[in-house]
Amino acid sequence: MRELNVKIFCLLLALTSLGLMYAKVKTLGLPLVPNQTSSIWAVEARVEFDGLGRSATVNLDIPDNLGNFLKLDEFFVSRNYGLNVTSKQKDRRAEWSIRNAKGKQRLYYRIEVVPEDSATKSASIKHKIPATPVKPHYEEPLASAIEDTLEKVRSESADIFTFVSQLLVQLNDPSPNKNVLVIQKGFVPGTEQWVKRIMYVLEGARISSRLVNGISLDDGITDAKLIPWLEVHNGQTWEGFDPLSGNKGYPSNFMRWGTGDVPMLHVEGGRNVHTRFTLSQRPYSEADISQERAKTKQSFLNSWSLFKLPLATQHVYQILLMIPLGALVVVFMRTVVGVPSFGTFMPILISLAFRETELLWGIILFCLITSSGLAFRFFLERLNLLLVPRLSAVLVMVIILMLAISLMSNDLDIDRGISIALFPIVILTMVIERLSITWEEAGAFEAIKEGLGSLFIAITGYFVMTNNQLEHLMFNFPELLLIILALFLSAGRYTGYRISELIRFKDLANEEDKHATSNTKTS
Amino acid sequence: MLHRIQKLRDAGVVGINARNRNYVMPHNPRKLYKFVDDKVYTKRLAEKANIAVPKLYGLITTVHETNSFNQIINDKKDFVIKPAHGSGGKGILVIDNRRGDLFIKPNNTAINSEAIKYHIENILGGVYSLGGQVDQAIIEYRVKFDPIFNSISYQGVPDIRMLIYKGIPTMAMLRLPTQQSDGKANLHQGAVGVGINLMTGITTLAVCNDRRIYEHPDFGSALSDVHIPGWQDLLFLSASCYELAPLGYLGVDIVLDADLGPLILELNARPGLAIQIANGHGLKHRLNAIDKIKTLPTKIEDRISIIQSIAEN
Repeated sequence: MRELNVKIFCLLLALTSLGLMYAKVKTLGLPLVPNQTSSIWAVEARVEFDGLGRSATVNLDIPDNLGNFLKLDEFFVSRNYGLNVTSKQKDRRAEWSIRNAKGKQRLYYRIEVVPEDSATKSASIKHKIPATPVKPHYEEPLASAIEDTLEKVRSESADIFTFVSQLLVQLNDPSPNKNVLVIQKGFVPGTEQWVKRIMYVLEGARISSRLVNGISLDDGITDAKLIPWLEVHNGQTWEGFDPLSGNKGYPSNFMRWGTGDVPMLHVEGGRNVHTRFTLSQRPYSEADISQERAKTKQSFLNSWSLFKLPLATQHVYQILLMIPLGALVVVFMRTVVGVPSFGTFMPILISLAFRETELLWGIILFCLITSSGLAFRFFLERLNLLLVPRLSAVLVMVIILMLAISLMSNDLDIDRGISIALFPIVILTMVIERLSITWEEAGAFEAIKEGLGSLFIAITGYFVMTNNQLEHLMFNFPELLLIILALFLSAGRYTGYRISELIRFKDLANEEDKHATSNTKTS
Repeated sequence: MLHRIQKLRDAGVVGINARNRNYVMPHNPRKLYKFVDDKVYTKRLAEKANIAVPKLYGLITTVHETNSFNQIINDKKDFVIKPAHGSGGKGILVIDNRRGDLFIKPNNTAINSEAIKYHIENILGGVYSLGGQVDQAIIEYRVKFDPIFNSISYQGVPDIRMLIYKGIPTMAMLRLPTQQSDGKANLHQGAVGVGINLMTGITTLAVCNDRRIYEHPDFGSALSDVHIPGWQDLLFLSASCYELAPLGYLGVDIVLDADLGPLILELNARPGLAIQIANGHGLKHRLNAIDKIKTLPTKIEDRISIIQSIAEN
């Protein structure tokens, strides 16, 4: 009876899960296959500051013209704050205010964008024509340096835009002449100050220019920095220029945030102000965008979507949701195959570490650390130490080893070695201890067998947990967890032989064969 | 592969998953594990029930008490130190003899009392215990094993593993230490397991490292047709352990002492499955036969008499 109940329960779980999945695919059009070519980007700006116990206002420039991107949606997250979005000359700013800001304050602004089709791209930004700047009065020797440089560039260019390009090439020349050296003095190329310096030089040619901040939306980058960019007006339209190369336009992954005319962020009544930009990406299809639009409908399926969470939390869940799959590997390997391993979930933690280090390097690091740790452990054995201090000594040794590997690989310019810090130190320590005890009690063969078994499970787990398709399915359809749960419940009732037992009981099976044949002979 | 699964099924071989789910889980409730996992507790229970066990010389429970080790052993020439919560024969230290300040192990290597104290400290720290919890160290009588096994046992103590299902001896095996097992009667470490005919107490087939053997790997002596002396007493003794620790699926380890006769060495709530290879029989048919009996007799003698009907399976 109990068996039947478990079966029905498992079936219900699986049906619920598949039903939810089906509904999501049908009504929301969520894709079953990850689409890596195009994505929705979510850019989140987080403003953090310490309140002074009095009223505070936060004034943040928010994007208007995104350049190569199209805005799908934007969100303001701020507890207890009043929000006012002002728009002066098409330049929007978000103003949050609170009567009493005490302690750590956190405000979020999030914008979701998709790469804009060049076909649908609106014509270049039309603003009113800026006033031509007045030529500033430069001090010597800067004056003659600028004068000479502008003169030289003017002779080599046809119009304002080629003039700017040429000037930027000159100013960023890797082997600058002495004029450029004078202009460059005290400035670091690529910084906001450097762009302002270029603008100052351009004023000498009476060319209108401005600083623009943007964010580069790149794969695999979660923490973004604002990149300063130069924009120049030729009397008709604004055009962007790379302040480092002089190339016209914007890179395709460049999202304009705002101009640098006014400070990007202004906080009144707070100190220790930090801004952080987080990027994340998810697959998008036409259906996805329509889903965004249909958000106002408040479908109950949407309430079960992980995309509503803050980006940092989403990242955590992207990994967390893969762990049950890793556990599935362990369950299969142990109860069905019968692979010997240390600890139950140790192999999953190792595969999680492999996610960070990548497989080959991860295996090398794992073997290196456990074998040297083991050598150290055998040395400790002679000192007759008590258990807990001895374990702690091994722990310290493991950390020293990691430190040494990180420092060495840093010197050798291998950045993989640095990611070792994410290896589960305590787990490794326990592995070393278990390994050394098994080594002593059951011999090197048994110890190495169990060690290799663990490594084998960890590698299999790594492949499962880093599989793109599975990652996509788990994150878009977290209801799959119910199926995994059902699988675990059924696996818990498995009483069949393990594959390893088929080998273990080989002789019994063969003898049974002989019995059977001799029986048929006698009868 | 599928063919082999069918053959193992026909032979009634019980695998680990089936053992755990069909026998250990339903018949061995967790709360009874303390009867077998804590060897001090088992020993005290057995002494109360007049079941013969190796005499307890002393118990060390704290690192501080380690110094009292010398008083416990006093002038005893031989003794055994083992963890109260050990498993799989881990952490057992046997001392055969003493020479001056040195202690001699069965393999004739000598260690000093510092090394012994370190071993005790390791036991206390939980190195050998299940789940690594803090443990106690038992110092007890060293069994002087019956000389009948001299020709088929490499050092160490050979013992008899009895599988008791619902109080009825179901399968038996003689476990013989080998050079590979370092004198330990543990099949996982390479000891030999020899099947015993439940009715007669005569050895049959043998296994080492999960493979069929017919001779002892160290001596080449035949392993079959060895008569275990006092077999009926052994059956009675092992069945009586069910009264001690009412676990439905119970492993009982018995040693034959030259002077004291059969002694209960320890009980096991998760006895291994190699016993099936040693006997050339799967367990399942016998377990099923016992399951079929609706009301099992309570008297030990009556329970033993049931063996007759199941041993043919």
